[in-house]
Amino acid sequence: MKTIYVDNAATTAMSDTAIKAMTPYLKEVYGNPSSLHTVGQVAKEALDKARADIAKCLNCEAREIYFTSGGSEADNQAIRSAAANGARKGKKHIVSTAFEHHAVLHTLKKLEKEGYEVTYLPVHSDGLITAEEVAAAIRPDTALVTVMYANNEVGTVLPVREIGAVCKKAGVTFHTDAVQAVGHIPVDVQADNVDMLSISAHKFHGAKGVGALYCRRGIPLNTFIEGGAQERNKRAGTENIAGVASMAAALKEACDNMSANANKLIKLRDELIDGLLKIPHSKLNGDRKNRLPANVNMCFEGIEGEGLLLLLDARGICASSGSACTSGSLDPSHVLLALGLPHEVAHGSLRLSLSESNTEQDVKTILKAVPEVVAYLRNMSPVWEELEKGERPHLI
Amino acid sequence: MALYSEKVMDHFTNPRNVGKIEDADGIGEVGNAKCGDIMKIYLKIENDIITDVKFNTFGCGSAIASSSMATELIKGKPLSEALALTNKAVAEALDGLPAHKMHCSVLAEEAIRAAIKNYYDKNGIAYNKADFPDPHDEEEEHSFNED
Repeated sequence: MKTIYVDNAATTAMSDTAIKAMTPYLKEVYGNPSSLHTVGQVAKEALDKARADIAKCLNCEAREIYFTSGGSEADNQAIRSAAANGARKGKKHIVSTAFEHHAVLHTLKKLEKEGYEVTYLPVHSDGLITAEEVAAAIRPDTALVTVMYANNEVGTVLPVREIGAVCKKAGVTFHTDAVQAVGHIPVDVQADNVDMLSISAHKFHGAKGVGALYCRRGIPLNTFIEGGAQERNKRAGTENIAGVASMAAALKEACDNMSANANKLIKLRDELIDGLLKIPHSKLNGDRKNRLPANVNMCFEGIEGEGLLLLLDARGICASSGSACTSGSLDPSHVLLALGLPHEVAHGSLRLSLSESNTEQDVKTILKAVPEVVAYLRNMSPVWEELEKGERPHLI
Repeated sequence: MALYSEKVMDHFTNPRNVGKIEDADGIGEVGNAKCGDIMKIYLKIENDIITDVKFNTFGCGSAIASSSMATELIKGKPLSEALALTNKAVAEALDGLPAHKMHCSVLAEEAIRAAIKNYYDKNGIAYNKADFPDPHDEEEEHSFNED
């Protein structure tokens, strides 16, 4: 049975280019970039080159890129840093959204306990917010606005450029978690008016455990891990050179092929959405137009997502869901709830996130499997029976 | 290691006793859609023996597997044995459930109990009310026997 991997928003397979780029740093170029000898300096050159390559892809300077262990660390460092610097000026208010990644939300929750005030902008049912809403939430004591570039679950692409312009005008630092966006849609920190931006290599076919934080020159960045002088004193620890090399190569490849990849993915995505919407009482989550090229997120009424995932997995299809059972908590995904979906509908969600290696045949297989599995689960669902008998109102 | 035992996967992918009994003698429904699991059990009872049992479940893989296993365990058994079925026995028969899924086996125990209570109520059969506590309100607590 062929495996059809459509969970690329969770993680991607490494590309051959990325593996090839990292291999020398696992073998012959094993030096510590902080060492003065030749073996160390060769490693340092690799680090510098990777930094320059990544900076070019994001349209910033190499010195504005700080390597981290991934997107979560970058989010933590950016938010904590901006919060601490705001507090020094008596500014302890932060603006964000209700459907950020937990790396952002949990950091903000912690800051609230430490005396900060956070405005979580409610998300519209289409999975978007507007720059005007951000502008209205900014106060004289606002230290930071942090709004994700694209949502990891429902795939909506937020108006980051406009939000950035609002922040720039108000003189407020703007951070964006761009983990799902970078490498998939054009991101330009200058044009987008971004002060801080988080990326993660494994979301665009690089290695896991490596990411970066872009921090604009002049925006103060606090040291997150104490120790040596690596990363301009902002993040101690011997650098993950192999990982960084894979990230730079993967990002360059993703950016070089972005429009061709997007065209292919959008076609597959739209076929999936149109095909799955034929299932009665189904719904697409997130705005259809402002959407990542690879994201499909649906709800099917009357079923629970985990069963759906297990049965699809039995057919070789690897997907994900925002149901409570898959999140390990009692509530379904905070993202789907933030879009205003009722609990019972959010439990029946399915996310398919494509990559360039998916094919038309994959789409055909998925479009055959999902309706069959949904029908099978509905057939044994007492909820579906009540919906069909009219004892319970259809919500979608 | 896979999330579920082979037995759970077997009962999830080939569930036994799925369906409804139109002229059921007792029907029990527990759980709620908001929490993501509802279990409905139909019993056919003759001379205090469960002659047939069917279920419908809205829920995750372990909820469906727990329903399937529980129906297997009580089919053909006297009511007294069905009433004595514990969630732990259901989970053990499935070769175990992950800790955070134990509440699925609780739902199975409660659904059977609710169906038997429904049978008693319909037929005016006296019973000790203490044997039939209200099923857990899932929204308030998910406490269950984990060991």
